[in-house]
Amino acid sequence: MPLDRRQFLGSAAALTATLAAPMVARAQTAPHVVVVGGGAGGATAARYVATGSNGAINVTLVEPSRAYYTCFFSNLYLGGFLNMDSLGHSYGTLASNFGINVVHDWAIGVDRDAKTVTLAGGATLSYDRLVLSPGIDFVEGSVPGWSTAAQNAMPHAYKAGSQTELLRAQVMNMREGGVFAMVAPPNPYRCPPGPYERVSMVAHMLKQNNPTAKILIVDPKESFSKQGLFEDGWQRHYTGMIERIGPDFGATNVSVDPDAMTINIDGNVEQVDVCNVIPAQRAGKIAEMAGITDGNWAPVSAYDLASKMDENIHVLGDAAAQGDMPKSGFSANSQAKVCANAIVAALAGGRAFPPRFANTCWSLIDTNDGIKVGATYEATDEGIKSTSSFVSQVGEDAATRETTYRESLGWYDAITEDMFGTA
Amino acid sequence: MRQIGQFGLAVAFLTALSSPALSEGDASRGEAAYRPCAACHMIGEGAINRVGPHLEGLMGRPVGGLSDYRYSDTLVNAGANGVTWTEDNLDRFLEDPQGYYRGTRMVFRGISDAQTRADLVAYIVQEAGSYDSAAAPSTGEVPPEIAAVLAIEGDFAYGEYLSSECTACHANQSGGDIPGIAGLAPSTFIHALMSYKIGEREHQVMTMLVNRLGDEEIAALAAYFATVE
Ligand SMILES: Cc1cc2nc3c(=O)[nH]c(=O)nc-3n(C[C@H](O)[C@H](O)[C@H](O)COP(=O)(O)OP(=O)(O)OC[C@H]3O[C@@H](n4cnc5c(N)ncnc54)[C@H](O)[C@@H]3O)c2cc1C
Repeated sequence: MPLDRRQFLGSAAALTATLAAPMVARAQTAPHVVVVGGGAGGATAARYVATGSNGAINVTLVEPSRAYYTCFFSNLYLGGFLNMDSLGHSYGTLASNFGINVVHDWAIGVDRDAKTVTLAGGATLSYDRLVLSPGIDFVEGSVPGWSTAAQNAMPHAYKAGSQTELLRAQVMNMREGGVFAMVAPPNPYRCPPGPYERVSMVAHMLKQNNPTAKILIVDPKESFSKQGLFEDGWQRHYTGMIERIGPDFGATNVSVDPDAMTINIDGNVEQVDVCNVIPAQRAGKIAEMAGITDGNWAPVSAYDLASKMDENIHVLGDAAAQGDMPKSGFSANSQAKVCANAIVAALAGGRAFPPRFANTCWSLIDTNDGIKVGATYEATDEGIKSTSSFVSQVGEDAATRETTYRESLGWYDAITEDMFGTA
Repeated sequence: MRQIGQFGLAVAFLTALSSPALSEGDASRGEAAYRPCAACHMIGEGAINRVGPHLEGLMGRPVGGLSDYRYSDTLVNAGANGVTWTEDNLDRFLEDPQGYYRGTRMVFRGISDAQTRADLVAYIVQEAGSYDSAAAPSTGEVPPEIAAVLAIEGDFAYGEYLSSECTACHANQSGGDIPGIAGLAPSTFIHALMSYKIGEREHQVMTMLVNRLGDEEIAALAAYFATVE
């Protein structure tokens, strides 16, 4: 049959090419992995696929920003402990030392049958495996009255960068004795302790500059991460400054008016001076465009983070519905390594090792008062399951808390080095 | 009574003013100050290298001078330049380790209180003894749990995979309070991890992570990290 013959000729030609010019042939036939999103999950995955395959896999990383500003530690910037520059990281080393093709563009479409990704700039990339780690987007309408169009009046500061700078400026310029309000998000959302670490850091700043100011948290959740530890810390450091309204008092029925700077809590209207709205969240839009979401998130296998709807697409980090792991940078980094190992094994014949996951999240309550929570996880058919865990204790001595804080600085240096390949 | 008290205070004050050098150390008080050091440094007869080098025969020993311990470059260079450990430089090192030997792998912030330091140095002098009198290389007993791991030949590729769990927190070159672990000798590395397992050291994150590592996995990690620059 003509088809068979063509195939035979084709492979003979390829064989000749391989013998004559092995380097060129390898480059042309090397499998291609496209990673969308250069954050905690995506940058790590790109790096580990490139190193794990020893260059046998071509890796393209698609990320619109030239510098990645970490959300992790952005609260410490708000508190005045770090400057914005120290949160920024470039992709230069991933390109120069790891041979990753870094493309600064948005992915705007995925054709799963053709296995291609379309970029806003017009290019089309074909892939053997696609890794999506686009982080979060907000659920429109989850806080009535708020939309991304209102994010200058009421910042979310839940993607780091100009939003974080804006929120800090607003807190710095707040009138004496004013009210900082936070509309906290419902579960699940990025960084479970994040809003409460933020409250701590805002309180730290206000205590110095504006000690009669008040903080109001409007929270639709019954309870929150490290609650006992945070509340103990607020009591010790910021007595009388912080009030939290939970679901019992109407926090599940909240709307805002960004022009009037008011919050309506179950019919009671509060005038506030700064309003940090952290809306409900969902997977970054590209996951939905690829048609691999179920509800707000993209369900994945616990073994290799492959989408339950398309085995050639892996979803990492915040966007994935994977089981028990919190949506954290640490988790995304951990998942990326398991995913990269599976991809290298599948495409380049590397050894496949058993999946294993871990997470630790540090938070700062006040100067040298650090706390942490962490767990290990394993893959099961039902999803990623926690196997053991620890958490800081109320009443730990000051030296322990200081050590915990200093340890978190070491973690930050390590994880950003791990993601971007730079010290 | 009251007058004597004041007089005593005045004398102490004058002494402090007139002798900026080392105050007299008390080895028995120094024993308490040594407790945090013991997590990493064995001292006295039969001491062997753990996370940190053993201190047997420390006084007068060249800095960075044990051939079976992998030091940071800064300590090796000091030793190569002929610097040996004395009470004086030990005191200054312990005041601010990173300031005195920038780049040391020792994760310890230092002791600012001069008296505590003097006590600690006195204890180390008493327990460690001096270099000349140091007997043959250390022959300390290796606990059986550790010996079992030391006997395994580590699977390098598996260790490389597992290492990615470590590098989420351990930067390649240590700077902060999380120590660098690249290039540790396998025996040092294995001792370090096993000491969490057998409860000699404690740390919430490390204890949790090490508890789920089997002997094969610890051996694999040790084989891999020994080769990392
Ligand atoms: C205030 C705050 C504090 C936090 N503190 C911690 C902490 O202490 N520890 C911790 O572990 N985690 C922390 N986190 C959580 C952590 O930031 C996230 O969980 C982590 O960044 C998730 O990684 P990711 O790869 O899923 O998404 P991201 O890191 O957000 O990366 C997503 C990337 O994808 C890009 N992208 C999105 N869509 C597209 C597209 N269509 N095409 C191309 N690129 C696209 C984006 O530009 C972005 O760079 C914190 C978060 C916040 C908000």
